[in-house]
Amino acid sequence: MAPSVGLFIPCYVDQLQPEVGLAALRVLRQVGARVEFPREQTCCGQPMANSGCADEARPLADRLVRLFDHFDQVVAPSGSCVSMVRHHYRELLGDRPDLARVAGRIYELCEWLVDVAGVTRVDGEFRRKVGLHQSCHALRELRTARSSETVGAPFDKVRQLLAPLRGIQLVDLARRDECCGFGGTFAVAEEAVSCLMGRDRLADHEKAGAEVITGVDASCLLHLGGLARREGRRVEVMHVARILEGARLS
Amino acid sequence: MSAALPVPPGQHPRAAARFVADDARAHRHDAAGWHLRSNRDRGAGSVPEWEALREAASAIKAHALSRLADYLEEFEKNARANGIQVHWAADGPEHNRIVHGILASRGVARVVKSKSMLTEECGLNPYLESRGIEVTDTDLGERIVQLYGEPPSHIVVPAIHRTKEEIGELFRRRLGTPAGLSDPTALTEAARHHLRQKFLGAQAGITGVNFAIAETGGVVVVTNEGNADMGTSLPPIHIACMGVEKVIPRARDLGVLLRLLARSATGQPSSVYATHFHGPLAGGEMHVVVVDDGRSAILARDAFRRSLACIRCGACLNTCPVYRRSGGYSYGAVIPGPIGSVLGALRRPQSHADLPFASSLCGSCSDVCPVKIDLHRELLGFRRELVGRGLVPVGKRLSMKLMSFVMQRPRLYALAGQTARFLLRAAPWALRLGPGAAWARQRALPPGPRVSFREMWEREAAGGEKGGAA
Repeated sequence: MAPSVGLFIPCYVDQLQPEVGLAALRVLRQVGARVEFPREQTCCGQPMANSGCADEARPLADRLVRLFDHFDQVVAPSGSCVSMVRHHYRELLGDRPDLARVAGRIYELCEWLVDVAGVTRVDGEFRRKVGLHQSCHALRELRTARSSETVGAPFDKVRQLLAPLRGIQLVDLARRDECCGFGGTFAVAEEAVSCLMGRDRLADHEKAGAEVITGVDASCLLHLGGLARREGRRVEVMHVARILEGARLS
Repeated sequence: MSAALPVPPGQHPRAAARFVADDARAHRHDAAGWHLRSNRDRGAGSVPEWEALREAASAIKAHALSRLADYLEEFEKNARANGIQVHWAADGPEHNRIVHGILASRGVARVVKSKSMLTEECGLNPYLESRGIEVTDTDLGERIVQLYGEPPSHIVVPAIHRTKEEIGELFRRRLGTPAGLSDPTALTEAARHHLRQKFLGAQAGITGVNFAIAETGGVVVVTNEGNADMGTSLPPIHIACMGVEKVIPRARDLGVLLRLLARSATGQPSSVYATHFHGPLAGGEMHVVVVDDGRSAILARDAFRRSLACIRCGACLNTCPVYRRSGGYSYGAVIPGPIGSVLGALRRPQSHADLPFASSLCGSCSDVCPVKIDLHRELLGFRRELVGRGLVPVGKRLSMKLMSFVMQRPRLYALAGQTARFLLRAAPWALRLGPGAAWARQRALPPGPRVSFREMWEREAAGGEKGGAA
């Protein structure tokens, strides 16, 4: 029987970009996963943890681990929330066997498709020029791609899934993995720098000819999209699950 | 000349906003930092074993720190055997007294100094100047900021915030160069002539220390301009100032650390000079002042100990998207950028409580660091510490308490989400008040979807596309 997959939909995706959650669900089902969505789930606690509020984050970490412990795998359309569980929950919960199980089985969507489902063929079409935004926590904590700072054989799991789409043109950026400036509460506490970082990213994508900016984290995209819409820029922002949902993955 | 910090501590967001307000300047500063980062990438990329080198450097430093007292004593013993006088200072004031004592007792009135962030930390220049000793910084960038009366805004490129036109104007005023001169070669030549006189007139030379070798009892000083060499070979007295964390066990460790240092700093395969000092000039004196100044307190802390491994290459500043767009002074600390935020907050958590939050936690600093300091995790860890010590604004803490309360109650969460989505559709202005303002000033609010994902799932469970393919 196909493995059971617990779908973890981060709170801001659930409320603000439900279509991203739906796209992730469709992609998972298309690959044959038995998907369940535990309805008691809310937030992974990252906003509190990243603000230093460990006491406020801890009960949320505890809830999430208990809600997802019985699945074979856990998948979320977000690198940042997955990294929170995989790498940062230990600081909140200590060494717990249920945490070790969940932390060892939780994946960002593209990571799951490549590493767990073993997807090698992507049959679909996306006739646009696409700029791939590397979300920092997926890149440098989950290691979904070779970061530009480190030296070694290049790899990129997200690009690997997008590249085979018919008609897609992945553009080359001048700064291929600079932060967009979202950073959770940083976006508000350091508004000036955050927005300049975001505008600089948008400009890099536009200069490279991107019509669509995609990425694995809806939070970065919410920030970039908010800046783009406010400034009337034409570049469109779209989560990677929405590009992949129309394709056949095998 | 005193060089007080232009921005008082604790104001990063405000100071950064002022920096960003001058868009051209902010982008010029960003480009200058990125240029260094790009050179560093080429330098690092030319070494296939780069990651193994970082691993080795990290291990060397971790080992040295784990037996710091032993290595310092070994260094002292061997340095004395080399004829070097070793002095110990518990803090900055003691360091300054020792250096001044050496100079005053020998009637020194003019000293030349090569780059040393430690002497910036201790405030040595103003201390000596107020006691009638002329101190000339001889690193070109250091000399520029000294002539401005500013502290360095970067640990390797002290005047990175200045343009060549501004420096031309400074040199016209202070060194008498022709008006309108902005050619870097001509400006450097003018500084060279000016500094030559200072070197010739100096009675003592002060340097920093990049590495102190326990095994040999000598110190290594790295420069590109040879100014440390000039400053220590002309005058008979050499005073080298170092923090306790600079000691490494063996000379062969330099084979790892020097390969990483220059490449990480500027992308050069090697610095132009890496001078080994193992004793005084004939007939002269050499002193090493070893300073703690809070370092042993950091050493005692598991979560932050690794920050003492820093070799001051500046790579984390160059790569930091926040540093590049907010400038060194916005940090209100002697050392800016990611490493400075960690060290500054550790030194004075009350006044630097803003610094651990002056980061998007993108992790580029941790990946670029040649000695693998987990900088972004230390910044995150320090946020927790600040909350624990009650140094985070009450409002922020309360909003997190409220959010946690709601998120622990799925029905309340769903209701709150529904309300927010309704407001986004019907009265977005309401969300632009209060905490939403800082989000919405420059960013469009997202449209409020009519249904959440969980509602979609529940509808489906009640008879929609349940179980089927999409």
